[in-house]
Amino acid sequence: MHMTADAREVSTSASGATATRDIYLPSERKIISGGGTPHVVAKDFSIYYGEFEAVKKVNADILSKYVTAIIGPSGCGKSTYLRAINRMNDLIPSCHTTGALLFDGEDIYGKFTDEVLLRKKIGMVFQKPNPFPKSIFDNIAYGPRLHGINDKKQLSEIVERSLRKAALWDEVSDRLDKNALGLSGGQQQRLCVARTLAVEPEILLLDEPTSALDPKATAKIEDLIQELRGSYTIMIVTHNMQQASRVSDYTMFFYEGVLVEYAPTAQLFTNPKDRMTEDYITGRFS
Amino acid sequence: MNLGTRKILDRSFTAVGFGSIAVMGIALLIVLVPIITNGVGSVFFTGTLEHRKMLFNEFGRGNTEELVKENAVSEVYRQQIYGMLSAFESELETMDAEKKQDYLSKYGPVKTALQTLIGPLPGEAEAILTRYKYGQTRWGKAEEKLHEFLYETKWDFSNPDAMSKEYFVSRATEFEGTSLVKLFPFVEEHLEDVLRPEFTVYWGFLTDSSVDSHIFGGIWPEIQGTFFLAVGAMLFAFPLGVIAAVYFTEYAREGFFNSILRSANSTLAGVPSIVFGLFGLAFFINTLKVSESKSVLAGSLTLAIMILPTIIRAAEEAILSVPKTYKEASLSLGSTKWNTIMTVILPAALPGIITGGVISLGRAAGETAPIIFTAAVSVGSAIGLADVFSSPTPALSWNIYNLASEHEAAAEIRHVQYGMVLSLVSIVLLLNLSAILLRARISKKLKG
Repeated sequence: MHMTADAREVSTSASGATATRDIYLPSERKIISGGGTPHVVAKDFSIYYGEFEAVKKVNADILSKYVTAIIGPSGCGKSTYLRAINRMNDLIPSCHTTGALLFDGEDIYGKFTDEVLLRKKIGMVFQKPNPFPKSIFDNIAYGPRLHGINDKKQLSEIVERSLRKAALWDEVSDRLDKNALGLSGGQQQRLCVARTLAVEPEILLLDEPTSALDPKATAKIEDLIQELRGSYTIMIVTHNMQQASRVSDYTMFFYEGVLVEYAPTAQLFTNPKDRMTEDYITGRFS
Repeated sequence: MNLGTRKILDRSFTAVGFGSIAVMGIALLIVLVPIITNGVGSVFFTGTLEHRKMLFNEFGRGNTEELVKENAVSEVYRQQIYGMLSAFESELETMDAEKKQDYLSKYGPVKTALQTLIGPLPGEAEAILTRYKYGQTRWGKAEEKLHEFLYETKWDFSNPDAMSKEYFVSRATEFEGTSLVKLFPFVEEHLEDVLRPEFTVYWGFLTDSSVDSHIFGGIWPEIQGTFFLAVGAMLFAFPLGVIAAVYFTEYAREGFFNSILRSANSTLAGVPSIVFGLFGLAFFINTLKVSESKSVLAGSLTLAIMILPTIIRAAEEAILSVPKTYKEASLSLGSTKWNTIMTVILPAALPGIITGGVISLGRAAGETAPIIFTAAVSVGSAIGLADVFSSPTPALSWNIYNLASEHEAAAEIRHVQYGMVLSLVSIVLLLNLSAILLRARISKKLKG
């Protein structure tokens, strides 16, 4: 196992029911009180595509209500790891896992786990904005409707609340009945965030949410992450190290399927413990 | 490869491409032009008084007063013709036996030809078949018949090494020296006064039943039968096909069993339709006994089996072309697989599925072989919706074949056959056009 002492420290110290360890936060951010509850816990967790081990024996706690960024070069397994958390990898027939991945103490890959219920609690926003070819309203209301809310008034409330949370309400409130595919890429991505928020998840998984967006739209998404921070447990996979350092509280660095380093963001970027991490964040390889 | 050769190759390929498209276009023109020009003739033509009388008697259509008036005018000339006939008949009585026998043998065909031309002659027993109750209803045909009346067709067998040659002998010359000789120029001159040709638009061709196996009347039973059969086939094949496609694309695991199913499906798509027809007879009628004998139900089921592989393939393609991201988005919101399929994947795949469906509908409407043994009859009236489980029906495709090859008076009613062909081609084209429009509309809605 190739893992730094620090990452192990986080993992072990946070696995207690309510760890109260001081958490490093950049000075410009508000301190989140009562944080440090592990939300997703990986124990010797590996993911295979057929014979190929894409993610190797990860041990890590993702802390509740914090933003955790996952960085690493292409093909390092960071997306695979993220998608394992709400079992999106189930779509790939050859994919299987070993070890344990716990969500609120329950095994995500347990025999009796209802993956539909799980995905309701662990929402995901994808690399490319993927609104449905329906109206903006129907896009947001899709999730709530699935879960049995059909009352028009209640749906309208949810739609407005979700769009406001995603900072999109002001831009689209007058054209909720228009097709969502008519929105700009950045708006579409925020719509996808709003759509995910509408089912009131506990965890928000963001898989390179800005890679298809221009800098302005990217800034808006980053602002949005700041807004949502503290209300949701957020995990974001990103190629952009500046982005990771801007938006996250914790950063995980993956290399060739191994979780190399997992530390508070500022620490990882200013004082990495591992040579590999240092090489990566200083741009010696990518 | 150097630039020059490459350019020449590119050019020559363009030329070959253009050439093949031109050949296709010409072929299409050669096929379509006669279909359209002749087919249109079944509705728009120069109709005679006989046609109007037929419509009045068989379908109760037309203005009685005008018809009486017209008939009176026509009758003036008819009476003169009848007068000439009876004059000749009395003249026959005065001849000696041998001469009389000679003229009688020539007079018989003259009477028959005249009867064909202007309808029943006085003093004859009323015809049982409707076709013998009227003269020529279409002016074009009347002109042909006039020629047959004026000239006897004979064959020249003098050269044993060649095909015999057709030649015409004027009937008038055969009756030289009798009173009948006046008849021929009179009929030639006054045929228009007797038959009173007039431009006719007969929409009833599309909405009337046929009279006396398509000699008169329209093709509504065939149109309706085709509609019943095709729609019936779709009712069975479309849901089944879409469900099968969903299974193949979303549920089936790749494996031996699945690949066998897929290749079986592809093979079925290539089976000749006559095989499906025989299968339908053996399976649906003889084994399952869905009906006593031929029925719309059995025909629809057979057609359904025939178009099922195409529908499955089209639906599969359509479902596979739905972006995977839709599915991911839906699942990540906590949707079940079933819900995802019903609310996201199928709606997005709908344009493709519908296109496949309507093209199959067109194919079902046009197929002949599968319904020969299972559903089609050559002559029949339009059946009610309640009879589809037990009654066979006429259908365009089968009746086109029947009129072209087996009908006892096929040559007399080519216009009906062409009318059927044009109707069938139009129905299929309309279906395909509606598929294109529907697809465009749904795609536009999906794209926003």
